Amino acid sequence: MFDASAPRKKIVEVRDLKMHFPIFAGVFRKRVGEVKAVDGVSFDIFEGETLGLVGESGCGKSTCGRAILRLYDITEGSVVIDGQEIGHIPQKKLRPLRPKMQMVFQDPQASLDPRMTVAAIIGEPLVEHTNLGRAARLERIYELMDAVGLNRNFANRYPHEFSGGQRQRIGIARALALNPKFIVCDEPIAALDVSIQAQVVNLLEELQKQLGLTYLFISHDLSMVRHIADRVAVMYLGKVVELASREDLYERPRHPYTEALLSAVPDPDPASAEKIERIILKGDVPSPSNPPQGCNFCTRCPRVMPICQHEEPEFREVTPGRFVACHLYNTDLQQEAPARTEAAS
Amino acid sequence: MPDGGLFVLDVKDLKTVFLTRAGEVHAVNRVSFQVRPGELLGVVGESGSGKSVTMMSLIGLLPMPPAEVRGGRALFDGRDLLAMEPEELRQIRGARVGFIFQDPMTSLNPVFTVGFQLMEPLRTHMGMDKRAARRRAAELLELVGISDADRRLDDYPHQFSGGMRQRVMIAMALACDPEVLIADEPTTALDVTIQAQILELVKELRQKLGMAIIWITHDLGVIAGIADRVMVMYAGQVVEEAPVKGLFTNPQHPYTRALLQTVPSVRGKRAEHLRVIPGQPPVLGAEPRACPFAPRCDHALARCRRENPPRIPLGDGHDVACFWDPATGGERDV
Repeated sequence: MFDASAPRKKIVEVRDLKMHFPIFAGVFRKRVGEVKAVDGVSFDIFEGETLGLVGESGCGKSTCGRAILRLYDITEGSVVIDGQEIGHIPQKKLRPLRPKMQMVFQDPQASLDPRMTVAAIIGEPLVEHTNLGRAARLERIYELMDAVGLNRNFANRYPHEFSGGQRQRIGIARALALNPKFIVCDEPIAALDVSIQAQVVNLLEELQKQLGLTYLFISHDLSMVRHIADRVAVMYLGKVVELASREDLYERPRHPYTEALLSAVPDPDPASAEKIERIILKGDVPSPSNPPQGCNFCTRCPRVMPICQHEEPEFREVTPGRFVACHLYNTDLQQEAPARTEAAS
Repeated sequence: MPDGGLFVLDVKDLKTVFLTRAGEVHAVNRVSFQVRPGELLGVVGESGSGKSVTMMSLIGLLPMPPAEVRGGRALFDGRDLLAMEPEELRQIRGARVGFIFQDPMTSLNPVFTVGFQLMEPLRTHMGMDKRAARRRAAELLELVGISDADRRLDDYPHQFSGGMRQRVMIAMALACDPEVLIADEPTTALDVTIQAQILELVKELRQKLGMAIIWITHDLGVIAGIADRVMVMYAGQVVEEAPVKGLFTNPQHPYTRALLQTVPSVRGKRAEHLRVIPGQPPVLGAEPRACPFAPRCDHALARCRRENPPRIPLGDGHDVACFWDPATGGERDV
């Protein structure tokens, strides 16, 4: 549980992280602009917690997760993992640090080599990063298979012989092979059926308890994030708009985008479905290569003010542990804030 | 509206089998359901439960072979869709039975303008000339909430965003004023805020146009918000069918009950532990002789492993295919 009074060890510190991808055009492949996939993101992840990172497709949440693990060479900013700055060090020096930080990918079909056996897939990180002998390695592979609930007898089978949920278990075992401290889970359940999703989520939770893991859980599924995360960051168009403890965020969302996003999630209960006051956002997300001036959300915000169109709101701590990037919570501007305008169309 | 009949669509004992190199796959087994005029029937199930195959079988959209419709009938306006000649079915498909698919990018042709694709069914099915078809196409785009409709007719699909493309698909499905609209996971590929827009639009259109809709989804939340009646499918058969309130407040089948508990919610009390349905759905190599859910079921009785339960009517339009009775915790009297 997140508690502001007890200082806990920070495993991940991200400051002003930017990841821009160049756009080339024309015969000479001239650089004509950039996609600002992640545009100035800052947050911490404490030891043993799960930080949920939510947002809609294209908001930059996956890019953010990959950039933190330096799967990209980042444009700007700093990333400190377990006390070590890794933001701009060369990939070669990064290699000895890799065992500490691992990743579980969305699509277990695409992230497992179809020509490798399960044992070879789970054992690959051990071959690369340890000097375990054959027997010791196999022992470790079996241990990992037990830990994620895969039958040892299947060690010599190939990924296609497994179902989606089991394949995701293989991916999790591989991520655990080197005893990492921090794992980025990038939409680990998005490709799975609902009855299988719960199995994988429960497994991730159990492993976290047993091994003291720290997760960054990236997902577009707001209800699943509410289940698994201790704190939640909401991204919109390359920026974190709100970061708060799970209870605060789901019960009292502050940013108008978080409010709209939560109200849009359909509820599996017809009685409450009638009661929910839905905020239907108009229009679409602007292109990250040409974000609007001022606040990113000003083109769709039901509570937009004149200032939002020219001044970018600062990402500030409004109450302890709760960050919001919105002019509505800028105390100097309070008198300007209008009540929520007729939002549902 | 079809004359006289109580139902727009009346399906009985539909059975569809796929012939694969590894043998037969019995994807849909004795599925029966009815759709009343103007109602929205939700069809819920996981991938492989046969929900899409059922609907595709009805309108002859399955490639045959490998698919084969082995039995059943599907009465639409008093005539059996399954017994029709392809040419006859073609007159109905797209005109009187419309459909929307999951992924709007792959179901729109990227090399033709949206206007061309919208006008095509109007010209083939309604016999409109080019001018009238274009006018109607612009009207349809306006109906689904696309502004500047006349100009946007000349745009190509890639010039529309995901949500807009799905609006175009809906406009296309509505083009010929269908009596039944089959929507196969129409919002699954969309973000939640865009999904909310589309759901709002569908509610609005239902009031305006009054057609019957069959809405296929795996998302219980979506169903709770829009359906009148819900049919839950598992392993190629219907395990429960009920009015939407009855299904969510008083689910009878252990699969429906478990499914409702495995899905966390963003509102209300947060569950500490997620309920897990152990195991996986079966591979349907043959028509199941026992209850296909029994191996994963907490309440399976000896009888469930011997016999495939029939649909048992419980009153108030609530049907369940299960021998176990949640009220008594014992076997039902059947």
